Formats: sequence, C-alpha cells, structure tokens
Amino acid sequence: MAEIDENLAQREAIEVDRSKGDFKYEESYAFDAGIGLSAGVVDYISKVKAEEPWIREFRQKALKIFDGLPMPTHWATTDLDNIKFENIRYYLAKGQKAVRTWEEVPDDVKKTFERLGIPESERKFLAGVEAQFDSEAVYSRMKEELEKLGVIFCGPTEGLRDHPEIFRKWFGKVIPAGDNKFAALNSAVFSGGSFIYIPKGVKVAQPLQAYFRINAENFGQFERTLIIADEGSEVTYMEGCTAPKFETATLHSAVVELVALKGAKIQYVTVQNWSANVFNLVTKRGVAEEGAEVRWIDCNIGSRLTMKYPGVVLRGKGARGEVLSIALANDGQHQDTGAKMIHAADDTTSNIIAKSISVGSGRSTYRGLVHIPKTLKNCRNNTECDALLINEHSRTDTYPAISVRGQKNSVQHEASVSKVSAEQIFYMMQRGLSEGEAMSLAVNGFVNDLVKEFPMEYSVELKRLIELQMEGSVG
Amino acid sequence: MSTLASPTGNLDAALQPTDWARPSGHDWFDALRRQGWADFQRLPMPTRDDEKWRFSDARSLSLAGFAPAPEPTEAVAAALIARSHFVARPAALVVHVDGHCVLRPALSPELTAQGVRFETLADALRHHPALLQEHLLKHGAGLGGAKFLALHQAWLKAGYVLFVPKGVEIRQPFVSVNWTSTEGAAVFPHALIIAGEHAVVSVQDYHLGATADARALAISACDIHAGTGAKVSRLAVQGWGNRTQSFQVDNTCGGRDALITSVNAAVGSRRARLENTVRIDGPGADVRLYGISVATGEQEFDQRTLQIHTAGQAKSDLLFKNALLGKSRTIFSGLIKVAPDAQRTDAYQTNRNLLLSPDAEADSLPGLEIEANDVKCSHGATTGQVDENELFYLRARGIPLEVAQELLAQGFLEEVIAKVEDEEGAEALRGMLSAKFHQA
Repeated sequence: MAEIDENLAQREAIEVDRSKGDFKYEESYAFDAGIGLSAGVVDYISKVKAEEPWIREFRQKALKIFDGLPMPTHWATTDLDNIKFENIRYYLAKGQKAVRTWEEVPDDVKKTFERLGIPESERKFLAGVEAQFDSEAVYSRMKEELEKLGVIFCGPTEGLRDHPEIFRKWFGKVIPAGDNKFAALNSAVFSGGSFIYIPKGVKVAQPLQAYFRINAENFGQFERTLIIADEGSEVTYMEGCTAPKFETATLHSAVVELVALKGAKIQYVTVQNWSANVFNLVTKRGVAEEGAEVRWIDCNIGSRLTMKYPGVVLRGKGARGEVLSIALANDGQHQDTGAKMIHAADDTTSNIIAKSISVGSGRSTYRGLVHIPKTLKNCRNNTECDALLINEHSRTDTYPAISVRGQKNSVQHEASVSKVSAEQIFYMMQRGLSEGEAMSLAVNGFVNDLVKEFPMEYSVELKRLIELQMEGSVG
Repeated sequence: MSTLASPTGNLDAALQPTDWARPSGHDWFDALRRQGWADFQRLPMPTRDDEKWRFSDARSLSLAGFAPAPEPTEAVAAALIARSHFVARPAALVVHVDGHCVLRPALSPELTAQGVRFETLADALRHHPALLQEHLLKHGAGLGGAKFLALHQAWLKAGYVLFVPKGVEIRQPFVSVNWTSTEGAAVFPHALIIAGEHAVVSVQDYHLGATADARALAISACDIHAGTGAKVSRLAVQGWGNRTQSFQVDNTCGGRDALITSVNAAVGSRRARLENTVRIDGPGADVRLYGISVATGEQEFDQRTLQIHTAGQAKSDLLFKNALLGKSRTIFSGLIKVAPDAQRTDAYQTNRNLLLSPDAEADSLPGLEIEANDVKCSHGATTGQVDENELFYLRARGIPLEVAQELLAQGFLEEVIAKVEDEEGAEALRGMLSAKFHQA
C-alpha cells in the first residue's frame, strides 16, 4: 500500500488540498448499528426502519448470498482485498449535525466551489455547513410540484411502505441480490436513495436531483434507487457526489434499478467525485420495454477505486440503450468502468461511447459486455472506447466481451489509445497558453462531444472539474 | 508401471508416458519430461469460471479415451506421405503419423553446408543437445493451457527442429505434416524454429486427420525465435479430423528489427484451441499475426492471443477472421500488453466475424493493457452478416443464393489468405477452406 500512499501524497500537490476541508460529525448518532456486519445488524436496520417482514427476509437472504460469494478478484483488481468489511459502519442516520459554520470553511474549499461554479445556495450545503443526514437523503424541495403530476419521489423505506403496489413488483428484479457480491451487500443493508415513479405519459421537464454524501469515517453508504417510468413518460435523474477526505477507506456500494415501460425514456446522469479514499462499487442496470429508451450518462472523476458498469436489458421490441461514460483517473486512482448491453428482443439498438483519461500513475479500465442471443433479429450495437494517456506511466486497459448470434444482427467495437500530441501542445503554447492550460484544453477537447450530452449545469461543472484535475499534471 | 492417481478424476491412465525406463542420455531432457508429467497431474482442469476460458465450453473438456498410438503400417505411412506434398519443391519435408516419424527430412547438401539444420526432435537431441536445452519450451503457456502444455512436455518426442544460421536466406518453405490415423490417438507435435541474425526462412505446418472424421487428441506446441533482423514466416493449418480435440500453444519471440508473419488457419477438429503469445523484445521488430477459420457443424474454435511489447519502437498487427456456419462457435480473445517503458509502440488488433447461420455464435474479447503513454494502439471487433447489397448485386446477375454467399465469404477470407507468401501454401489453404463450405 506504500505505493498508493505515495500517490496520494503526489495527488495532494496537484489538486485542491482536500484535507483542509475535512470535517466530521459528532459521534452521537441516534441510530447507529455499530461497526461490522452480521445478521443482527441487518435485523437492527430493518427494525429501525419498521420494515415489513418480507423486506427483512430479503435483507437476510442477501446477507447469506454476500457471505457465500467470493471477492471477484479473479478478474478485478486485488485492491478490493483492502476493504475491511468488519470495520465498516453499515447504518446510521438522524440526529447528527455538521459542526462548522460557513466562516470556518477553509478558503481553498470556498475557492474550489467558486471555480466549479456551484451556486451560492448550494455551496453551504456542499461545505457541510447546513445540517445533513448521512444515509437518509434529503430531497424534498421539489416534492410538492411533482406530487401535482402524480410523481412519487421518496426514499426506499417510504416507497416500499406507502406504495408497495408500485415498487414491490420491480424492487430487486432488475438487479437481484445474487447478481454480484456488492449488490448482495447493498441488498442486505441498503438505506437512503431514491424511489421514483413517473405516471403514464408524464414528461418531467426539470431533472430530478439528489446529492449523496459520505460524511462519517468508516461509514459506507448503501443507497438503493429504483426509478419506474410508466408508459410514455420521460424523466431525467441527476446524481452528483462530493465527499470529504478521511484517513481510512470508505465504502460506497449502491444499487440503482431503472424500469422504462413501453415507450418511456429514462436518462440517468452521474457525476462521481468521491474523495480519493473511497471504494465506489456500484451496480446500475435498467430495463427497457418496447420502444423505451434508457440512457446512462456516467462521469467518474473521484474515488480510489470505482467499479461500475451501467447496463441496459433491452427487453422490448425496438428498445434502445445507451451509455456515455467519461472517466478520469489521477494518481492513485483506478477507474474501472464500462457498460453492459443485454439484447433480449428484436430490433433493439445500443450505443456505448466511453472516454477515459489517465493522469500521472492513474489507471483507467473499460470493461464491456454486449450480448445478442440466437433468437433475435436486427439488433445493433456500436461501441467506441477511447483512452488518453497523459503521463509516461499512466495506464489504460480495455476488456470488452462481445457475444453475437442470430440473424441480421451486427456489432462493431472500436477502441483506441492515444496521447496529447506534442504538436498540439506546442501550437497552443505558441499562442501564449501555459503547458498546463494547453493540456487542460486538449483534454477538454477530447471529451467535449460527450460533455455536450450532459445537462447544462453539469457540463459546465464537469469542464471545470477536469481543468482542476489537469492542473500540475505536466511540467 | 504403477498408475498415479489423477487429481482431475477424468484423466485416463493411458496418457501416462511409459518410456521413463529408457533414458534419452540427457538428464535435463528426461527431467523436463518428468516435470511435465508432474505439472500435468498437479494442475487442475480449466473450469467455466476461469477468466482465461471465458466463453469456452470448458465443461466438456475431457482427456479420457485417448492414448498414444502404435507405429503405422508401411502401407498407411506410404499413403499418407503421398498425400503430404502440398508444396512441389519444399526446402525439405518431414512427415509424422500418429506421432511417429515416417519420412525423415532430407536437406540438400548446399543447405547443410550453410549450417542449416532441419531434423526430427529425436535426431536434434542427439546432434545438438545444447541448442535444444537453450530453447525447448522456455515460455510456458500463459493463456490458460498450462495443463495441456504440461502433457505435451511429458510426451515431448515427435516433431522437428529448424535452425537457420546467421545471414542464410532460404526461399523455399520447410514443410512439416502431422497426421492422425488411429482412432483415439493422442499426438503431441512439437516445432522449434530458430532463425539467426538476418536469416530468412519460411515454414508450413499441416496438422491433419487421415480421415475427415478422425477422432484424436492433439496437443501441439511451436516456439519461434527470430534473431536480430531475421525474417520468419509460418503458415500453420489445423485440419485434424472433425472428432478431434486440439490444443495448440505457440510462442514467438521477435528480436531487434525482426519481421515475423504467422498465419494460423483452422478448419478441422470438434474443438480447437489456439494460444498464441508473441513477445516483442527488440526495437524495430514487426510482428504480424493472422488467423482464419471456417467453422461448421458444432465446431468450436477458441483463439487466444497475447501481444507483449517489452521493447519500444516496435510494431505488432493482428487480424483474425472467422466465417461461421451451422451451429459453430468461435471465440477470439486477444490482449495487447504494452510495458511501462515500451514507448512508441504501434500495436493493432482486429477481429472480424461473419455469421452465415442464425445458430452460429461469435464471441469476441479484444483487450488492451497499456502502461506507456506514447503509443498508438487500437483494436476493433465486428460481427455481422453478408452485406445485403452485395448479395443483391450477385443474385441480380443470376447467381444462386448459396453460391453468392460462398463467394462473398471467400472474398471476406481472401484478405488473410493473401498474407501467405508462398503461393502453393495459399492455394492449399484456399482449397481446404473452400471444401468446408461444401461439406457444411
């Protein structure tokens, strides 16, 4: 681990010094399941949430699956072995407040917010000045207006308690507990997240947003999100992450299930910027019924290790799936991201565009799966992955898996690896840009066509985030 | 001879070598073989969960029911030698039947005088033990076939060694033909090709079944060492009988400015796995790997490749093309690895699959692991059907559907066939590929 510590030290030198922005919550949690994972902890969480017996059984079954599954280190990085499940807090909520005022927030953190262009009102929120709960998410601002449309926007506890007729049918169906070890973990201890139902034909104009944060040491966050878009409806959901830095690694393991019924459209946008000690091991999958569209826009900039492969099961005729992914791996970071497209009906199409940038000793990995079984006709997939390597020992890997049968199906996959050309940098420096600025501009150019696909405020924030990350990467 | 218990359970004791009692006269060689047997017994059979066997039908792997076959009768040998003349005037020809040499290579006095050696493994062991000790099976199997290569090592006997000294250029190809003839025969053909500095050499390896439905177990291995500036080209045709299980582990090392071209063709076997590892150890090296197959019936062709760039400023290019009919399946899994200091590497990898039947399956795992930044690397993989417009064009001119499809498929494959430098070799290959369309 010495290597990573050293990398972290280097990282400090080239980006915002997050350590100055650290803060902790008082350790007086009203509900605290303690440290470690057991059947007792799972029962405790279920009891605190006053869940029905079937949910408790679901959790207990998932815990057994989790215990029975090995770490996926036969294909994934052995860094996973550094997660100490017994040292993690699996649940806490309510009652804890940030012990800081806006005046106490260090200047460089304020400056970062300014440079990222985060609105004044949200800065205090992001700086942890306003009271926040850890695992119970806060997102009530737009609730009222949505209710008029019949949109349900709540947490999993409320969703399963108040609207079981809507959510129970799909809960754990797109991603069963046994899907993988971390999905099983989430299924056992989930709390927080968003349960959303969009009624038939309703097109939600404004994106639904939720900020998730990790604010306690050794505290993993296990959100559970389920979005159901009924026939002909449309919704965009945005998820952004910031997290302060702590000394020991923090685990984040979410499960996100999307259901787009006939003709519905769901767009799910993520900007992931966890601090560099976070293990971010997330399972995201959508189901697209006839003529429906599921689109994942996924941007990973933070965390120590991210493993995330958003997928779409194209279950109805003419369904469409898309993953647009940007990953930036700086020193000590490993962005292991990708996409899965499971074609399960005729005339389905999918598109994957993934761009990654590796800076310093950063490592970015693309893993993909495209599956077209033999019973299908007229399915198409297009996959493009481009990797940009900035420094001499930056690293990139590409591991796609493509399996095709059937009639008139076609897939194409292309990947390329390149670096910013010396000519480009020279050209820009000739015109008065510093080498760093030139590099930053070149990198932004590399991802520009993808960034454009993000909602406006995200694309602006993203460009600035990339600029910040690129500072000090050259020279 | 006592039978050692097999940890895998499905191993037939018939595969244990019985000739330990007759030492070869070279302790290191006997030790190498014994080590092979020990490794074979120690290593587990691959399973479905093994990432290196992803998509392979690992469950149906079985080595039971195969055993080395006795020497063929003179009549059988003569008949098969007569069928071994794919090249009218080779530099030399060696023929094995069921793992027994039936035609020893005869080298022209000129080539012998230039220091060229083309001998059976057994002869080479007698004449050049030091050369063999330096090069035999130095690289192992890193792509998942270690257990099978270990069994090959335990049985190391049949095969040839080709040594071309510094500066010698030979235009005519060296040809080796391996046949299986006996039902259930286990064969372990070995090839060792060493090209000295600036040597130029070409080789053709044919692995064939005496009958189209011959049942056999074939575990072959080929090591190529190309020295500075050497030019080596190899055509390897896997045409075992269609009830054969085939494993082929090839290792190639390219030194500075070496140019290596290899074409691996697959038409035979029930299931055939090719593991091809290329090490680019010297700057300026240029390695070209081509693969071609026509899969029919229930055949499974499992192609695993690895391009390792340890030296910078070198190039490797890979193109594997598969045409699939019936219920066949092909798996292409390739990886380009660029070491941290191998700057200015150019490495490419392309897999193209043509599905000619709705029941065929093409799996593709094209991978990159890049640890240097100043590189040009790309890979591409496509799977699709015959182009509708091209088909329409041909049919509009009165060509029946089946013929049009075959023509287009042959056009698809021709790109790789054209890489075979020797015209006779290319023609032999064309004939075998074309025959597959008619038996399908």
